[in-house]
Amino acid sequence: MLVFPLVRVFYEVIMCLAVPVKVIELMMDNRVKVDAGGATLEVSNMLMPNTKLGDYVLVHAGFVIEKISEEEAKDNIGLWSEINQK
Amino acid sequence: MSKIEDIKNDIMRISKKDICIMEVCGTHTMSIARTGIRSILPQNIKIISGPGCPVCVTPSGEIHAAMQLAKNDKFMIATFGDMLKVPSGDDFLQNYKNVKVIYSPLDSLKLAKQNPDKEIIFLGIGFETTAPLIASTIKTADHNKLNNFSVLCMHKIVPPAIEIILKNNTDKKVGGLILPGHVSAITGRKYFDFIKKYKISGVVSGFEATDIMSTICLLVKFYESDKFDIVNNYKGVVSEHGNKIALDMMNEVFDIQDSQWRGIGLIKGSGLTIRNKYKKYDAADKFNIVIENIPDPKGCRCGEVLMAKTTPKDCTLFGKACTPSNPVGPCMVSSEGTCAAFYKYDL
Repeated sequence: MLVFPLVRVFYEVIMCLAVPVKVIELMMDNRVKVDAGGATLEVSNMLMPNTKLGDYVLVHAGFVIEKISEEEAKDNIGLWSEINQK
Repeated sequence: MSKIEDIKNDIMRISKKDICIMEVCGTHTMSIARTGIRSILPQNIKIISGPGCPVCVTPSGEIHAAMQLAKNDKFMIATFGDMLKVPSGDDFLQNYKNVKVIYSPLDSLKLAKQNPDKEIIFLGIGFETTAPLIASTIKTADHNKLNNFSVLCMHKIVPPAIEIILKNNTDKKVGGLILPGHVSAITGRKYFDFIKKYKISGVVSGFEATDIMSTICLLVKFYESDKFDIVNNYKGVVSEHGNKIALDMMNEVFDIQDSQWRGIGLIKGSGLTIRNKYKKYDAADKFNIVIENIPDPKGCRCGEVLMAKTTPKDCTLFGKACTPSNPVGPCMVSSEGTCAAFYKYDL
């Protein structure tokens, strides 16, 4: 259910929109793998190099831009999937 | 829903004076429209949209310049999807095979490597949320010694536009500001402290209905008690000083310059330009691109909508000659635009 709407958010990049996701793998070359409601994406952590495994982060246009609290992340993940089901 | 009801009851209880609250972020525009917040607020509280949609505030001349580049087969234009349908005359970027929609600005570097015989020009549009990403991409291009990549830099920053609105707010039309959550994730709350000199409150807000309702409640409380402050109502995401690495990266690559805003005109110190150190990645410099002054489409009132001087419904084109599938002005094109929000949610 959640996968397709979230993928849509990622590919229809809106300039100010950032999406909350969970970091599931640390990779080489300033990259991390994130779980976006079931879809896996590779993004850059150049702007947030101390990203750790299991962190909830805000991703905007392929970049981690900020860490977020788990509570905030869970609330927001609900919101984004709701927006995209409309 | 009960939490929203509670906040709504709070607002009903404390709100006595007429107040106009302005948001300055396209994602807030859409969230407020989608959640129907306007309809549950008392009549004395009005929510208006300011110039928060990056595509919408980009002047026609810059869109026209991007279109001219797309006509040249030596170039490949890389852009976020929002730009595809913005009209310039009767033309759109999506009509050109040389235009590629990308998800991340870093994808434009991949295009540059895959197409060594073409120049990849990325359309750099966006506020403080997006500018550090482009800075990071330019630095990566420099690190990888890429010579067939450049950026048409049209980035803008939020504070000077807010200042213009507040300087012209002599009739106290705007009584509080909902501050952009994702811009603030980069800049931090403190970045907006300048608003205090206008004796008006600003609240950094998230995007859920409860976030926005509690932000409105805070703004009403400040207004009713004749107090003002800049507070952070999105603490799970926004810190006091923001993302220092992102801000440093932005400052290293970009310098401040004056910039034209659609509907507003020239705002001093409101745009970003690529610094000399990275000038070889500046498409305007590399290809002598001149931005012409092109008037907005006839009858289009996007400029007034952006300054909250009028609502989309007061525009004679709205919903008739101008719809999301056949847009005349940028506010109907961008998914973050005020006209698109009013149309989609039938406000």
